[in-house]
Amino acid sequence: MKMDIILQLSIRSIRLHFLRSVLAALGIVIGVVAISSMGMMGANMTMSVTEQLSAMANVLVVKADTGGGGGGFMGPDGSSSSKKSSSSASTKDYLTKANFDDIKRAVGTAGTVYPLYQDSDKIVVGDSTGRATIYGMRDDDMPTVLTVDEGALPNTASSIIVGPSFASRQGVTIGSRITIGDATQNETVSKFRVVGILQSKGMSMDLNSDNAIIMTEKAFVGQFGGDEEYNQVNVILKNIDDANKTKTAITDQLNRKTNVVTIQDSSRMMESITSTVSTLTTFVMAIAGISLVVAATSIFNVMMMSVTERIREIGILRSIGTQKSEVRKMFLYEAIILGVVGAGIGAIMSLILGWLVVLIMVGSTKYFFTFQSLVYVPIAMFIGMAICIFSGVYPAWKAADLDPIEALRAD
Amino acid sequence: MQQVPVIELTDVSKIYPLASGDVIALDHLSIRIDHGEFVAIMGPSGSGKSTLLNQIGGLDVPTSGTLKITGKNIRKMSDIKLTNLRLNAIGYIFQKFNLIPLLSAYENVEYPYILKHRCNDTTGRVSKLLADVGIDRKMAKHKPAELSGGQQQRVAIARALVNDPAILLCDEPTGNLDTKTGAQIMEMLATLHNQGRTVIIVTHDPLIGAQAERIIRIKDGKVENT
Repeated sequence: MKMDIILQLSIRSIRLHFLRSVLAALGIVIGVVAISSMGMMGANMTMSVTEQLSAMANVLVVKADTGGGGGGFMGPDGSSSSKKSSSSASTKDYLTKANFDDIKRAVGTAGTVYPLYQDSDKIVVGDSTGRATIYGMRDDDMPTVLTVDEGALPNTASSIIVGPSFASRQGVTIGSRITIGDATQNETVSKFRVVGILQSKGMSMDLNSDNAIIMTEKAFVGQFGGDEEYNQVNVILKNIDDANKTKTAITDQLNRKTNVVTIQDSSRMMESITSTVSTLTTFVMAIAGISLVVAATSIFNVMMMSVTERIREIGILRSIGTQKSEVRKMFLYEAIILGVVGAGIGAIMSLILGWLVVLIMVGSTKYFFTFQSLVYVPIAMFIGMAICIFSGVYPAWKAADLDPIEALRAD
Repeated sequence: MQQVPVIELTDVSKIYPLASGDVIALDHLSIRIDHGEFVAIMGPSGSGKSTLLNQIGGLDVPTSGTLKITGKNIRKMSDIKLTNLRLNAIGYIFQKFNLIPLLSAYENVEYPYILKHRCNDTTGRVSKLLADVGIDRKMAKHKPAELSGGQQQRVAIARALVNDPAILLCDEPTGNLDTKTGAQIMEMLATLHNQGRTVIIVTHDPLIGAQAERIIRIKDGKVENT
């Protein structure tokens, strides 16, 4: 059996008004390309950002709860550290060895726990003076947490390792000497020897080592005091999915009566960033969607013109026994053909243009051929086709409801 | 036993309600046309003959009265049933030919066949009908715009006959043709009548009307004489 005669009539009508039909389909092509490439760009951006952030997303940073104000960062000079009271734990700005042990117990086997001392002080490298962030770490934790690029980890009270950004900015190499401390503030002034340079780590919540100096616990306490008064305790989780469970375990263990600790969860930050990227993507896609509205208007216009031009033909069809539903079908077929062709071409072009957009805007097409990225092509196709059919419904209804006698009289 | 008439109008009126007042196009009209008759409906312009043709052709329904086509009252028929009636029982031949411009001559004739049978013609009926009306195979491939008026009307006759209708309705079939071609078309209609078909022709041309067996004259929506 040959093709449905009603479908044949639709195809022939499109062929007869080829340019007009091409222009209408072009609207759909542009709409589909705009929506899918913007969607793909957003998906690729989200995946790329997620990858970059996930390296630090498995970290929980536990700090002393200083009472909710959040202000007043005090150096751990130990002046007020001797008074310990469980009910007044919130007045401390550091975590004790007991706190650290409690955290370790709460975490159990879910991850690695290490305490961190932190301060900022004046430094002198050669002739230049500046300030730097200085971390103190226990000797045992260093091999687990730090990755050395050059040299070795510090193991004496006079040796330090520096981050790569710090090293290049200060012109420090292995063997360089750095003086830490401000004599004018009555601080201890000591000289340290650089024994190693760390590998670049990137932005991190727990330890921003790229731009810092790291020394042993002994050296840090010797320089700044405050033995076993940790500024923070970091938890590196084995599995990122354990974040909430571990967080609850720590809070249950330490914040029984008063809030002793606060926990910063980097996975939250990641969620918030990816959510922002998604919101932006949706917004950009909505703007791209305007092109589909324009396309819908164009298709509606083409279909209405087609109905107006073919009133007499509709009258003939009706008078010789064509049902209303078949006339409706004829115009809907036209809209569907325009939609399918437009969306099909749009899909192919989306893959090409989307790839280019992702390459230019995201800088990598690593995630282009993933489900999350390519799913926007069928979504955009579906929206394009739906809009086409929707635009064709009213003209089709109008055509079918024409009075055959009136239609036959039309010129 | 009396034969069921092909067309039977009893007290049929058609009123068009307008803001300026109702227009009575058909006024209590009663007509009976039997199977195999060749009837001419004649009357001056505005007499209601086209309205009458539209009622008989199932394109419109009367405001009141009874109109039976092949024994079925069409006044209460749904649009679907009326459309089926047009497809199966009526063959329409128009003054302006009214072929579908997108289809070839052959496809124009085959179109109602496909609508009725839901498949293409494999019986050769379409080709035979076209040959009978003098349209050869080559000509049958042409679109209506590529055919002369006479050729288009021949195609229209073939199309009207493809579903073997009980009634052949002709609305000024020679109105757009020259005298010679008009005569050929009338000859063709006469042949169809001789083959036993019911032919109803609407015309204002007395020469055309004279070729029918019976003339129904309409004036002001009423039958003047039969």
